[in-house]
Amino acid sequence: MHDLIWLIPALPLAGFAFLAFFGKRLGEPAAGWVATLAVGASFLTTVGVYLSLLGEDHTERAYTQTLFTWLPVGGLSVDFGFLADPLSITMCLFVTGIATLIHLYSVGYMHGDERFTKFFVYLNLFVFSMLMLVLGDNLLITFLGWEGVGACSYFLISFWHEDEANASAGKKAFVTNRIGDFGFMVAVFFTFGALGTLNYQGIVAASPSLATTTATVIAAMLFLGACGKSAQLPLYVWLPDAMAGPTPVSALIHAATMVTAGVYLMTRMNPVIVEAASWVPWMIAGVGAATALFAATIAVAQNDIKKVLAYSTVSQLGYMFLAVGSGAYVAAIFHMVTHAFFKALMFLGSGSVIHGMGGEQDMRRMGALRKLMPITAFTFIVGWLAIAGFPFFSGFFSKDEILLYAYEKSPILWAVGTVTALLTAFYMTRQVILVFFGEARWDRPLAEAVPELAAEREANHVHEGHGAGPAGEIHPHESPWTMLTPLVVLAPLAFVGGWLNSPFWGAGHFLEHWLEPVIEFGEAPMTAGTGAKISLALIATAAGLLGIAAAGAVYLRKRQDLMAKIEQPILAKGWYYDSSIAAFMGGPGRKAFDAVAWFDKHVIDGAVNGVATVVGKGADRGRLVQTGYVRNYALGLTFGVILLVGLFLTKAVF
Amino acid sequence: MLAIAPPGPGPYLALSAALFALGAAGLLVRRNALVMFMCVELMLNAVNLSFVTLARELDDLGGQIAVFFVLVVAAAEVVVGLGIIVAIFRRRQGATADDLSVLKG
Repeated sequence: MHDLIWLIPALPLAGFAFLAFFGKRLGEPAAGWVATLAVGASFLTTVGVYLSLLGEDHTERAYTQTLFTWLPVGGLSVDFGFLADPLSITMCLFVTGIATLIHLYSVGYMHGDERFTKFFVYLNLFVFSMLMLVLGDNLLITFLGWEGVGACSYFLISFWHEDEANASAGKKAFVTNRIGDFGFMVAVFFTFGALGTLNYQGIVAASPSLATTTATVIAAMLFLGACGKSAQLPLYVWLPDAMAGPTPVSALIHAATMVTAGVYLMTRMNPVIVEAASWVPWMIAGVGAATALFAATIAVAQNDIKKVLAYSTVSQLGYMFLAVGSGAYVAAIFHMVTHAFFKALMFLGSGSVIHGMGGEQDMRRMGALRKLMPITAFTFIVGWLAIAGFPFFSGFFSKDEILLYAYEKSPILWAVGTVTALLTAFYMTRQVILVFFGEARWDRPLAEAVPELAAEREANHVHEGHGAGPAGEIHPHESPWTMLTPLVVLAPLAFVGGWLNSPFWGAGHFLEHWLEPVIEFGEAPMTAGTGAKISLALIATAAGLLGIAAAGAVYLRKRQDLMAKIEQPILAKGWYYDSSIAAFMGGPGRKAFDAVAWFDKHVIDGAVNGVATVVGKGADRGRLVQTGYVRNYALGLTFGVILLVGLFLTKAVF
Repeated sequence: MLAIAPPGPGPYLALSAALFALGAAGLLVRRNALVMFMCVELMLNAVNLSFVTLARELDDLGGQIAVFFVLVVAAAEVVVGLGIIVAIFRRRQGATADDLSVLKG
């Protein structure tokens, strides 16, 4: 099966090309089925490659397939090749698996959309780019995929671009990512400059010879790139806004796959990070922990069902970077996989809710939906327990492992992570209660059921269709089977995903053994004893349960006074991070840029134009020498001759 | 036999210099294109004279060969130059050089 690696990205590419040319003619829903089939076949191929890798000896599990030499330029020779090793195949498995489910879901979700076919064209292109990113055997192909997923993300966030807000959300994502891409590119330049190769296996082999300074620059610049793509502080701003895209896009691109590309990149380059100065891992862990806590506090006060999940994603990505910074690469990948399961599940669940609620996204308008949407509610609750770290659900295992390594790195990081775990359990419980429990707030007209939301919408001139449902009564209903099947498949995975790397099981630590050849350089040794491990796990579990209990106490009992205290406006506004940037860019920042523009216009352009003016004026004077009279020229000649003769004579004499 | 000592190169060169100066001055002060043309010829032949003088003095044929070149080039120049002057005469009344200043910068 090794030889079929190229098929993994080729199938979605073929789906993309086919739909781009013939999609219109196929129409709905055939185009969606073709796209689903392409990605599904890619998933089956991945499984085949995985099984054959599994059959290899532990140390032999890396296979390179070079298709052709892509860029032979002087000392730089980049092959167009794929690398199938435990890390890339793990990524491929969950990328193609979840992508298949989300394609299926989209057939139901995008039903009736006028650009139904186009959606699947983009979706297939995205899957292709994502697979290039993870399968590429060198940094340049990864960069190709990196830019490809960025472009697809832009297309899909602004998919409903008739709405100004969606279009600008797409632009925001694209521009913010560009800052990160700059870091990636600089890292690629430095890698080539220092090692003379961009091939991953070459980098791994040559990395011990790297000077500390070079390795530091490469690692720091890669981290800048990862910050952009994986929405870490200070570049996280685009991810909450990316929720403007259709919900399947949020689930696939902005929760499960693309945003984890940064974690993948850091894991892939772990031999370089090891060579870097020690402050780089500290910075990564610090930024990760800070982002996790920061985003979790914001998520507590959000009312949009997707915004809660978006900030939750930022927060969970922070966990993964905390793991990377602590040298727990296995835990990072582990959490990436479990997070992909439960966050995709919850995003798809929220999409199902929005679908049933006629486009309404505000949780204040929901409530008591569990009876009308039993399957959605049940699967969502599984996802909730997984992310909250409820014992034996997937998030419980992966989060514990990260916290354990964070504790080894520094108790402060561990404390931040544990507080975040508590907050995570809190805001997810709040969401579940607001959406599925409590009293129904949709069976009456909006003004009567939720007066404050009606007033807010009145004040902001929000009309139906911008994530706002009908103002009258809503009749929620369960979604079609195409949307429910992915939920039903993902829910058990979100439940048992944790057993991939569980300490309680005979064949446990499967993921750790599987990934060992890739991360053997960077993985931090685990020194904590069993007692410490158990007590840390107990504390983390207690924090999760405490969060659930606290949210239950506040929101099930409808303690309005406590709610008002918790949902501070500063949290709802995301610590004014976004609006501060906007205010700065509109005020002093704008002035600074005006000053730069003035400098450019008057000093830089002035210097260029000045030279031209001086030459022009000088030429105007010089022109007068050309009188057109022959005698003047003759006189000039004569003087010239006299001068020359004089020169020769003086030379001859002296 | 009346033996007259052959003169040295001095008088020839002096004559050559005088002719050259005459030509140069004429070129500068006259305005008639035809006369200016003749002045140029005068200067050329002044140079020819000094070439021949020095060729004989130094016993070197190079100088005489140079004279041939000058003669040939001068002939060619006359052809072109006179052609231009005739063309100007056809277009305008007279051939005063100062009237021809269309190349003024």
